[in-house]
Amino acid sequence: MNGKPQTDAHYDQLVQRYTPPRPIAKNCALAFLSGGLLTAAAEALRRWLLARDMAEDAAGGVVVFAVIALTSLLTGLGVYDRLGQVCGAGLAVPISGFANSMTSAALEFKSEGLVLGTGCNAFRLAGAVIVFGIGSAGLLATLALMLNLV
Amino acid sequence: MGVTQAGRQSWLFEPRPGLIGMAAVAGKSEAGGPLASGYDKVYEDFRIGQKSFEKAEQQMLQDACTLALQNAELTAADIDLFLAGDLLNQITVSNFTARNLGIPHLGLFAACSTSTQGLALAGLLVASGAARRVLAASGSHTCTAERQFRYPNEYGCQKPPHTTSTVMAAGAGVVAAEPAPIQLAAATVGRVVDKNITDPFNMGAAMAAAAADTILTHLHDTGRSPQEYDFIITGDLGQVGREIAWEVLQQQGFVYDKTRFVDCGCLIYGGDKRFFSGGSGCGCAASSFYGYFCRRLREGKMRRILLAATGALLSPTSQQQKESIPGISHAVTVERV
Repeated sequence: MNGKPQTDAHYDQLVQRYTPPRPIAKNCALAFLSGGLLTAAAEALRRWLLARDMAEDAAGGVVVFAVIALTSLLTGLGVYDRLGQVCGAGLAVPISGFANSMTSAALEFKSEGLVLGTGCNAFRLAGAVIVFGIGSAGLLATLALMLNLV
Repeated sequence: MGVTQAGRQSWLFEPRPGLIGMAAVAGKSEAGGPLASGYDKVYEDFRIGQKSFEKAEQQMLQDACTLALQNAELTAADIDLFLAGDLLNQITVSNFTARNLGIPHLGLFAACSTSTQGLALAGLLVASGAARRVLAASGSHTCTAERQFRYPNEYGCQKPPHTTSTVMAAGAGVVAAEPAPIQLAAATVGRVVDKNITDPFNMGAAMAAAAADTILTHLHDTGRSPQEYDFIITGDLGQVGREIAWEVLQQQGFVYDKTRFVDCGCLIYGGDKRFFSGGSGCGCAASSFYGYFCRRLREGKMRRILLAATGALLSPTSQQQKESIPGISHAVTVERV
């Protein structure tokens, strides 16, 4: 054996043979169900608010706030990470995923203080979403503008 | 006291340094596993009354050291040297414990193989006459390792089934020139073996080749056959890594009973799927050895074991820069006389 990194086809075969595959079908099914349930519940709440004469945009805001609040509460209670393991993308894709990434980081780095800990690290994971979200939105908006101008 | 080099990598101790006191501490999850009878102290929660997880980890290592000294009927002043390591940046857990103990300290890092790195060096130092008594220790905490190497603890990402879970445990032992029923017979310093594994969730695969390399070298250098061992124990390969290591050993003509080729990572949670492929971390092999296996040796249920703790030498930076994960394993033969 040589100490330097080298691709060893035989060893790779062993690794593949003994590494269990990710249960993709199960993960997809659970993500579909949990994501569907969460968004259906959110929609039910929105309709309930609309039926009580709340303005359309206000109702949307309240629903988003409710999902963020619930996620943060469950994160703080130490329950969300277990739900995340089971539900996967079902909870990661809706705004619950974004809320959890911020709350978990903020909580985790509390021990380093309010400013350098929570403040600096709250966007540790969510920062990438913001950077690429704003970046791609800017790019697409510029593109749309240019196409309209042509 | 004497030490002889055997081959390029191994040391034979004669007369043999004794393990005169040892202790293991662990969390509640680890205490739910089959090695529970070996723990001297079990913690009910992750913080154990401390302000941060890092402080909790340090308290654990300190408790393991204090209990090991108690079991040896010694105080810190009787120890010449403290060899310890952990997984945290700049091995603060070990350094802070050394500050509190006041014993001259050499900090170690060999990732999760630190337990046998410390034990082998303690044997060497005592056998060569450089120290009369050495305290060797290592530990890990699931919450500190998780946040340093992966994500915040409460982040809800989906982990694959082949990942391992860092244990909350620590172990410590006093190696001394005094005769004792449990003795260190030989040690092998491992080589860094890199099989180009880049998946940080598959550390078992990254370490399995190193474990096999060190085990074969140890047997070759000491002139022993596997059959002379009651158990050949790897550190924290997990189920995936153990299977790979076993296959690699088989291909090298290693003949042994597979049920006696055990892995502390597989044993510590008893195969509980909540911990995926098994346990890992500096505390995994340390607590299993200084706890359960030393207990079995003391009771005379085992006569000779080979402990090959395994380490994945990655850092959060090297991992993000897509470097491969080198593995290492150091081995020690421990005997009951």
